[in-house]
Amino acid sequence: MYPAEFDYVKVSSLEEAISLKQQGDENSILAGGHSLIPAMKLRLSTPKKLIDISGLNQYKNISNNGSHISIGALCTHKQCAESDVIQQNCPALSDAASVIGDPHVRNKGTIGGALAHSDPQADYPGAILALNATMVVKGSSGGRTIAADDYFTGLWETALGEGELLTEIRIPVNPMNANSCYVKFPQPASRYPYVGCGVALSSSGGNCSDIRVGFSGVGEWAFRDAGIENALKGQALNSSSIAAAAEKAAEGKAVLSDHFVSEEYRRAMSKVFAKRAITKVS
Amino acid sequence: MKVSMRVNGVDHEHDVEPRTLLVQHLRENLRLTGTHVGCDTSQCGACTIHVNGEAVKACTMFAIQADGAEITTIEGLATNGELHPMQKAFWENHGLQCGYCTPGMIMASVDMLKNNPNPTEEEIRHGLEGNFCRCTGYHNIVKSVKAAAESMQGGA
Ligand SMILES: Cc1cc2nc3c(=O)[nH]c(=O)nc-3n(C[C@H](O)[C@H](O)[C@H](O)COP(=O)(O)OP(=O)(O)OC[C@H]3O[C@@H](n4cnc5c(N)ncnc54)[C@H](O)[C@@H]3O)c2cc1C
Ligand code: FES
Ligand code: FES
Repeated sequence: MYPAEFDYVKVSSLEEAISLKQQGDENSILAGGHSLIPAMKLRLSTPKKLIDISGLNQYKNISNNGSHISIGALCTHKQCAESDVIQQNCPALSDAASVIGDPHVRNKGTIGGALAHSDPQADYPGAILALNATMVVKGSSGGRTIAADDYFTGLWETALGEGELLTEIRIPVNPMNANSCYVKFPQPASRYPYVGCGVALSSSGGNCSDIRVGFSGVGEWAFRDAGIENALKGQALNSSSIAAAAEKAAEGKAVLSDHFVSEEYRRAMSKVFAKRAITKVS
Repeated sequence: MKVSMRVNGVDHEHDVEPRTLLVQHLRENLRLTGTHVGCDTSQCGACTIHVNGEAVKACTMFAIQADGAEITTIEGLATNGELHPMQKAFWENHGLQCGYCTPGMIMASVDMLKNNPNPTEEEIRHGLEGNFCRCTGYHNIVKSVKAAAESMQGGA
């Protein structure tokens, strides 16, 4: 399959990428290419110009600066899965990264590309919501940050502006994020999630003091599940309180249905996977 | 656009359209047809090669993205006519039937052992999640990778 013709520029600075992006909506950023290139081959996407940012090495680092973990937008899924810093401080993210697609996809795909693309079936979003992450973005008028809760806005839509690039993901360092996980029910062939559930939880004296739950793959876009969170906050953590809270999964949310998995089944599996995730960190 | 890369130890420079896929460049311009195209939709792994030492699907990358890269394809695995231990293991353990998936399977398996020299059966199966085989039922492929891991460790 041949994509439509396009021009290609490999940029050597972020500013160059921003200015090329500003020149036209038809210009697309190229990171790992593992969402964009398949779409171009199907001609679902026909950019005029590809702006390859893969040479910007300063966005390929993961570090702990004390208050937050900083993850450059160009870190690959493999890097995120294998990073000690991420495994120790926000395991929900390394869990999610380690179950994306297959090893070859994880070698090329980037966290920035995945979050910019924001596929309804993407894995990171559920973890990002649970971890209360912050997206750092840059455009021609400077930089700004977007909280995870405000970031996912629709089907393949995010709060990222037209001329803006995602440069970094920040995850707060705290005991709740250190006690987090992401579990997934993958489509057996494509490996994309039917249901992905991220949970971060803190407890004291056997009671749940705080919990954040994020779902990937269930709705048209990733969402936080206040129903589960409110049902468990302040409660003693045991199998019956967890099961009761998990029953609230996706309550009041529009749930996807496709020829593999009906809405009813997806709802039922959301409860099962919420229960598994919460149990794992309790 | 000019694109240059070192493929199996040999430097190549070509003029390509930006939309030329890396797999198409290898097969049609360099005539290295060992790398196969199965699905052409990033799923099956028949096109798996190594770019700068990592396994990637060559149907999901443009040739221009590999400008300056070091590439190994199935044709570059054997040294001086001696098969790579992974190739030998596939041969000896009947790890292939029609052979269509085999170059991708072997390239993926070599990459897997680089990251994990002594994988369990389960790890091998997970490591090959990106590679589909329509013939063997995978059993002998897993056996081949296991045998290669053993022989490579023995040799080291
Ligand atoms: C076979 C296969 C299986 C997969 N399975 C899964 C799975 O199970 N779970 C999952 O979550 N994903 C899966 N994916 C998708 C994969 O994770 C992609 O890598 C990811 O969605 C996109 O990242 P990328 O770096 O490849 O981005 P690209 O494809 O390069 O870009 C994607 C989009 O984001 C834009 N973009 C990229 N980087 C930036 C940036 N820094 N700032 C602003 N915009 C940017 C691009 O312009 C483009 O529109 C799969 C992909 C394949 C091919
Ligand atoms: S041909 Fe590349 S993954 Fe199938
Ligand atoms: S041997 Fe025929 S597809 Fe694997």
